[in-house]
Amino acid sequence: MQYMLIAYETAADCALRDGPEAPAYWGAWMAYSKAVAESGIMIGGNGLEPPATATTVRLRDGQRRVQDGPFADTKEQLGGYFIVEVPDLDKALEWAARMPCAATGSVEVRPVLPPPPM
Amino acid sequence: MPTAGTREAERIAREAYGRLVALAASRTRDLAAAEDAIGDALVAALAQWPRDGVPDNPEGWLLAVAKRRLADQARRAAVRAAAAASLAVTAERESEDGTVIIPDQRLALLFVCAHPAIDPAARTPLMLQAVLGLDAARIASAFLVAPAAMSQRLVRAKAKIKAAGIPFAVPDLADEPERLEAVLAAVYAAFTLGGEGGGPEGSPADLAQEAIWLARLLARLCPGEPEVLGLLALVLHCEARRPARRGPDGAYVRLTDQDPALWNGALIGEAEAALREASRHGRPGRTQIEAAIQSAHASRRQTGRTPWPAVAGLYAALRRLAPTLGAAVGEAAALLQAEGASRALACLDALDEERVATYQPYWAVRAEALRGVGLWNEARAAYERAIGLTEDEAVRRFLAAERGRSLRPEALHG
Repeated sequence: MQYMLIAYETAADCALRDGPEAPAYWGAWMAYSKAVAESGIMIGGNGLEPPATATTVRLRDGQRRVQDGPFADTKEQLGGYFIVEVPDLDKALEWAARMPCAATGSVEVRPVLPPPPM
Repeated sequence: MPTAGTREAERIAREAYGRLVALAASRTRDLAAAEDAIGDALVAALAQWPRDGVPDNPEGWLLAVAKRRLADQARRAAVRAAAAASLAVTAERESEDGTVIIPDQRLALLFVCAHPAIDPAARTPLMLQAVLGLDAARIASAFLVAPAAMSQRLVRAKAKIKAAGIPFAVPDLADEPERLEAVLAAVYAAFTLGGEGGGPEGSPADLAQEAIWLARLLARLCPGEPEVLGLLALVLHCEARRPARRGPDGAYVRLTDQDPALWNGALIGEAEAALREASRHGRPGRTQIEAAIQSAHASRRQTGRTPWPAVAGLYAALRRLAPTLGAAVGEAAALLQAEGASRALACLDALDEERVATYQPYWAVRAEALRGVGLWNEARAAYERAIGLTEDEAVRRFLAAERGRSLRPEALHG
């Protein structure tokens, strides 16, 4: 089954990206990413630029509304995602727990919706 | 942080709960109903006893509260008939002065929980819930399983006990030694959740205390079984080292770097006594060997050095009895110290590639061995793999530092 492992990071995590801790921050994510790939379960994934770079669009009553910033202003922000192919949820949770942000932020695990039947 | 008094009150409440559930379930074979009947009373006890003190007759207190709750429910809605029946068979043991005499059926209950007909993945959770009254959500977190899935697993297992008519009896262990092995494995699984003997104190993964409690209970209920004593020695030895496993700054300290002065001498003493008692039976077994390995490590407290050749030999013996990945990697780590990096590598190279792919300790030991033979690039790659497979932030930092040190000496100096 395919699962999306959605990484939520705290503002403090995001700040590590270009502080003095940057090598440790990126090193941990690189190592995780490699472990996923070398275990043969990687379908895809990406890191995302920080939430401040986001722009959110809504159409309401024919009106366009464009807003600076992410969809929801919360303590933890979407930092990236992996899609993995694993036998079941238990295995997906194992990989979620290994994500560097699991210790500070959180990881949401969701099954990928299979394509609709033709 | 819970105080010592709180923990003691909780321990007594869970002890009484386990006795009542075991007795009710052994008569009705309906574990779910037994838990239903007494669960609310346990919740009340856990809230009240630490504050007001533990009652003189804990079992009687729980039974009285359980009866009152059930009566309330009967007035409000349909009685949960099974729960009521469960309580009835338990309550009949109450004598006139209110003292409750509960025959101890917990050993039988432990054997039911680890019965071959029960899904192995459900055995430890079942024990933790039935014997200790831990809630499914806490168990699910410790096992890194979705709470809904864990609840379902537990419900299915209890339905199976009832439907399949699994007997509440202690099997003849001479005929069926594997039944005891299953119980020991389930208790040990609780201990090892969350890494080297549980997560940091207070974390949801910290079931080490519960596992030690079960091991002590087993040793009390099952005297004369050397493997039970072996298990007790094993978990106590590992627990004794908990204070040394983190530096003052929270950094991970591996076993070989730990200061033995920080190990808990009282726990080590209890472990050594259990292991000596076990060896008197002259029936060595897997768990005793595992305890002997920990005992060898503990000897560094007296002698100042670890007897690595003995540790390697014990791991080799363990692998012959139980060829697990953990034992193989343990042997390689001991060989690394006893005979050098190339011997360790040979041992690791012989392992099945697919089995080790996500086994973090394999990659950590392999990295150290590769560094030992001067294969710097390969060592760094193995460290990186170990880092990517690590859950523990402190271990991740430790491995990253080790990787940083894995450079050709000339590169390090110039």
